[in-house]
Amino acid sequence: MLDQIVVAPFREMIAAPDFLMQVLWEGIVSGILYALIALGFVLIFRSSRIFNFAQGIMVVFAALTLVGLYELGVPAWLCVLLTLAVMLILALAIERVVLRPLVGQPDVILFMATIGVTLFLVGMGEFVFGGENKVMITEQLGIPTGSWALEPFGGLLILEQKDVAVAVMAALLVVGLLLFLNRTRTGRAIRALGDDSQAALSLGISLHTIWVLVWFIAGIIALVTGIAWGSRAGVSFALEVIAYKALPVLMLGGLESITGAIVGGLLIGVLEKVFDIYWGQPLMGGSTETWFAFVLALIVLLIRPQGLFGEKIIERV
Amino acid sequence: MLFRTGGQFKTSYKEDIALFPVRQDAILLGVVLVLAWIVFPLTASEFVFQTLLIPILIYALAALGLNLLIGYTGQFSLGTGAFMGVGAFACYKMVTLMPWMNPIVAVLLSGVFSAGVGVVFGIPSLRIKGFYLAISTLAAQFFLVWIFEKWSWLYNDNLSGAIEVPNLTAFGVVVTAPRADSVMTYYVILAIATLITWLVMNLTRGALGRSWKATRDMDFAAELIGINLMKSKLTAFALSSYIVGVAGALFVFMWRGAAEPALFDIPLSFRILYIVIIGGLGSIMGNYLGAVLIVGLPVILGTVPEALGLEIASARIEQINLMIIGALIVFFLIVEPHGLARLWELIREKLIRWPFPH
Repeated sequence: MLDQIVVAPFREMIAAPDFLMQVLWEGIVSGILYALIALGFVLIFRSSRIFNFAQGIMVVFAALTLVGLYELGVPAWLCVLLTLAVMLILALAIERVVLRPLVGQPDVILFMATIGVTLFLVGMGEFVFGGENKVMITEQLGIPTGSWALEPFGGLLILEQKDVAVAVMAALLVVGLLLFLNRTRTGRAIRALGDDSQAALSLGISLHTIWVLVWFIAGIIALVTGIAWGSRAGVSFALEVIAYKALPVLMLGGLESITGAIVGGLLIGVLEKVFDIYWGQPLMGGSTETWFAFVLALIVLLIRPQGLFGEKIIERV
Repeated sequence: MLFRTGGQFKTSYKEDIALFPVRQDAILLGVVLVLAWIVFPLTASEFVFQTLLIPILIYALAALGLNLLIGYTGQFSLGTGAFMGVGAFACYKMVTLMPWMNPIVAVLLSGVFSAGVGVVFGIPSLRIKGFYLAISTLAAQFFLVWIFEKWSWLYNDNLSGAIEVPNLTAFGVVVTAPRADSVMTYYVILAIATLITWLVMNLTRGALGRSWKATRDMDFAAELIGINLMKSKLTAFALSSYIVGVAGALFVFMWRGAAEPALFDIPLSFRILYIVIIGGLGSIMGNYLGAVLIVGLPVILGTVPEALGLEIASARIEQINLMIIGALIVFFLIVEPHGLARLWELIREKLIRWPFPH
């Protein structure tokens, strides 16, 4: 038994390094998606202390809108623009209808409000676009669909080109976001609002504009995530499940940290794949991916209650 | 006029700390109890029992358990569904291993198991707080449902992977679904719900309840004035999980009749959470009001269009339902963040002063 747990998995890894690399690559690709969703969370949390439960649903909603518009016969590039417009309208609506009346309420109330938004978006998405699974318009968006076969260590490693494209897109998005937050006036305003909203307000930074902007950026991230995940698994509300996966990523990385979201996402993506293949399937009957990330994050939190990169929690009476 | 409190003098401390110091409140409760115990069972049809009365009571009971944790102790939990599952599976194992056991006793005992599991998953709350804790309770949610699926001993190696409730008798009458008479199961659930609600009402007013509230308001300060946080948090987790577990056992044994592990997945947890939010955090009556709304709304939406002669597909109704519930949650949070219970309190205040506004 001990041999099966401690030795056998590693023996297997060394015996088939090409398979291990394949597993790692799959893990990295899903890790990127977790990281992207977590990024949307972090952005909103940093600027407004709102724990945005609706981020996962925004991913589905954006992807559904994109595909739904394409099915109406709109050219693909216009679909992207129109979807962005829809996400902007969504951001405006959420800020005006939901968030503005709730300014200054406790965090928990705002969190619950985003749960309400989630429900509403699920209902509306299914009402408008139907509940069935749709195919993402991968090729029409100019994303390559072939695959490369590499042969490391005399084995076989298959890289899907669209996964590589997703990785590149995600990297560009993160770099762009970091530049925006650190180098532009508006980006600094967003961070200022997160650090001390009272001080930021007294400097003339508009809370409402910034909130709309932040939710719109979260919408853009959601669209990219939706395209990426949709090209792998199709577009449906089953995508909601991956939104839950972003939560342990947040715990692991810390709610405020962009670095944390990326590192946490990749870490969880890789570790849960490796754990499931080498320990979960032979020893526990598989599908450990549903809980592994949560348990891992729980254990990390017991040691560091603010996550790996989160701000230290200081309590005062 | 209706709620005039003038003239009701308290002459002893005992009277002052009575459960209902205002006479009208006690009368109102009496009316509700008469309705629930006598009028509804005599007049309700099978449809009303199965779609309204029984689910409302069960959901309200589960919400009561969750409210102890969120509303009274301030420990956010998103794993309610899984704890209901623990109760249901524990009850199933008990009645199949010990068929002579009275099913009502089994239901009440099954809460003990979920309380145990609840304490284990409550231990992180001593170190993890706020949103981090909320997410870490999801670990319980996903891990427990996974165990329900993979550990075939739990469902006696049924090929379907689900638990099916056998017909059990208590005091010579069949009480478990689906064979039992609806009136019978209703009375069993009502008795348990009444008992637990009465106990919780008194508990939250006592020393333990006050230590919970202090923990909720500011745990750091509570610790400084000498409240043992570990005791306060873990008792809250234990009691909350006990009630939730009993509700889970009732959910399967007295209503659904069968359950697959996926039933206890995250949508159920969230459903209970909505009831707590809409009903009102930190209120006992709120759980019942919230359950009436969340359970009743789909039924109304399902029957009204039909009565008006409109043809709406059931999938459409489901979608409209989601939109309405989502909008309602936002609406209530904006209008009254403290839920339906607070709304009633405001009305009551108005009634006490009426017809003089000041």
